[in-house]
Amino acid sequence: MKLKLRVWRQRNTDAPGAMATYEVDGISQDMSFLEMLDTLNEELILRGEDPVAFDHDCREGICGACSLVINGDAHGPERTTTCQLHMRSFKDGDSIDVEPWRAAAFPVVKDLVVDRSAFDRIIQAGGYITAPTGAAPDAHATPVAKPDADFAFEHAECIGCGACVAACPNGSAMLFTSAKVNHLNVLPQGAPERETRVLDMVATMDAEGFGGCTLAGECATACPKGIPLPSISAMNKEWLRATRKVRR
Amino acid sequence: MEMSRIMSWTSGYLRFSVPRMALATRTDRKPPPTRTFWGSTVGKKTVMAVSGLIMLGYLVAHVMGNLKVFFGPEEFNAYGHWLRTMGGPVLHYEWALWIVRVVLVAAVVGHAVSAYQLSRRDLKARPTPYAHKRRRASYATRTMRWGGIIVALFIVWHLLDLTTLTVNENAQPGHPYENVVATFSTWYGNVIYIVAMLAVGLHIQHGFFSAAQTLGMGNATRDRALKALAGVLALLLTAGFVSVPVAVMTGVVS
Ligand code: HEM
Ligand code: SF4
Ligand code: FES
Repeated sequence: MKLKLRVWRQRNTDAPGAMATYEVDGISQDMSFLEMLDTLNEELILRGEDPVAFDHDCREGICGACSLVINGDAHGPERTTTCQLHMRSFKDGDSIDVEPWRAAAFPVVKDLVVDRSAFDRIIQAGGYITAPTGAAPDAHATPVAKPDADFAFEHAECIGCGACVAACPNGSAMLFTSAKVNHLNVLPQGAPERETRVLDMVATMDAEGFGGCTLAGECATACPKGIPLPSISAMNKEWLRATRKVRR
Repeated sequence: MEMSRIMSWTSGYLRFSVPRMALATRTDRKPPPTRTFWGSTVGKKTVMAVSGLIMLGYLVAHVMGNLKVFFGPEEFNAYGHWLRTMGGPVLHYEWALWIVRVVLVAAVVGHAVSAYQLSRRDLKARPTPYAHKRRRASYATRTMRWGGIIVALFIVWHLLDLTTLTVNENAQPGHPYENVVATFSTWYGNVIYIVAMLAVGLHIQHGFFSAAQTLGMGNATRDRALKALAGVLALLLTAGFVSVPVAVMTGVVS
């Protein structure tokens, strides 16, 4: 396959960026999108040019490191991560636009790499439980009802990639935050911090400069892990409950 | 309390350690700056949802009142008079009407202020557009801000036209039927009114669904029903409101 790429190049956070055009040849349908970029980078290095910087780690769809808005879609045209997107989703001769996640809370570090540490600070604000150290308790010591376990597991699937923020017209982190809040708030292990968790995580999300939710639904369409849109409503319910319960 | 409920059914291990540690972590916590209701995006959105639903409730009552125009001037004008005497004799003349007006003004102000503040924030949170343009979200979703502004301007014009009668061609106090017919006998009266009602319909289609999500009523099974209900509500309201100018234009009401 031969492709025409338009890739966002930006030296550092403060430098202005622009789309640069490249041609790549010899791309196999079985390559992942990142392997295609590796091919481009090898060529760039041989030509003595600066390779395109992009984030990646596991390359098996579980770590949440890879990103990229491909032809306007976060993680590209399939519902999966960019590392698990294969070139068979494209045709020979296609022209592909590759851009970084765009959000005020995710500043560009270089080229396609953005700083997602705002997510870490949201997690620090409440994405934990209080548990004793020492020997692990028996697995059956704390019973969890099946629907609650399913609900928690569905939300635990979030890998923190940030595609929801990138896809949202308001740069909102509501889907990510709701996945983390719902995962822990439904479980008995998360109950001691049930109120402070949702209040603090939402407050931190706001303080980091993410936008609000307008129920556009773009986040849930982009999410590679299928976190559903009603998760946001479930978090709103927890937030409203917490504001009633917590004395200020 | 929550804690005692957990204590009663979790293991002995958790029973002692979890609550105590949780209390210890909670006492030295500084609340982040935006932990107040109004300071939070979710809180502002709740204000928007509740005020929107209040206005929606009013619109449902309003459209039913408007449809009385099809029963002729006596019934419509008598209804207009009743609006001023309702609640009597407990309430004085027009008191109930003024209560409704105060609630509605509060709702409009709360709704508009939170919409303005949240919109400013949303635009700031996404400063750089994508080079590869793609149509995002539905028409109703994308037109909430402009549609809201159109509706706000319409509310002002509507009050000047049929409440204060400042811009009405007939302007007879106590004769709303004749004033309504006068409004819809002008081309601009029809255009302004019909455009505004289409905007209201789109606003409600997305707004009703949004409000339900904001208030925590959304879930995977209920969302389809909520979307359908939003569509039906929007359609019925718009059709009901638009039927009046259409009836005057076609001579059904004169
Ligand atoms: C003063 C004029 C108005 C303005 C400027 C305005 C603006 C807005 C905006 C910007 C939103 C948020 C849209 C979004 O989340 O995507 C919204 C939501 C909403 N609007 Fe309005 N609107 C106005 C009048 C009305 C009226 C007359 C109604 C009555 C039917 C209404 C009902 C709603 C509802 C129910 C919502 C959903 C609240 C939520 O998102 O949770 N609005 N409005
Ligand atoms: S909710 Fe989905 S899109 Fe958002 S960070 Fe988690 S996995 Fe990524
Ligand atoms: S590189 Fe780990 S999810 Fe894509």
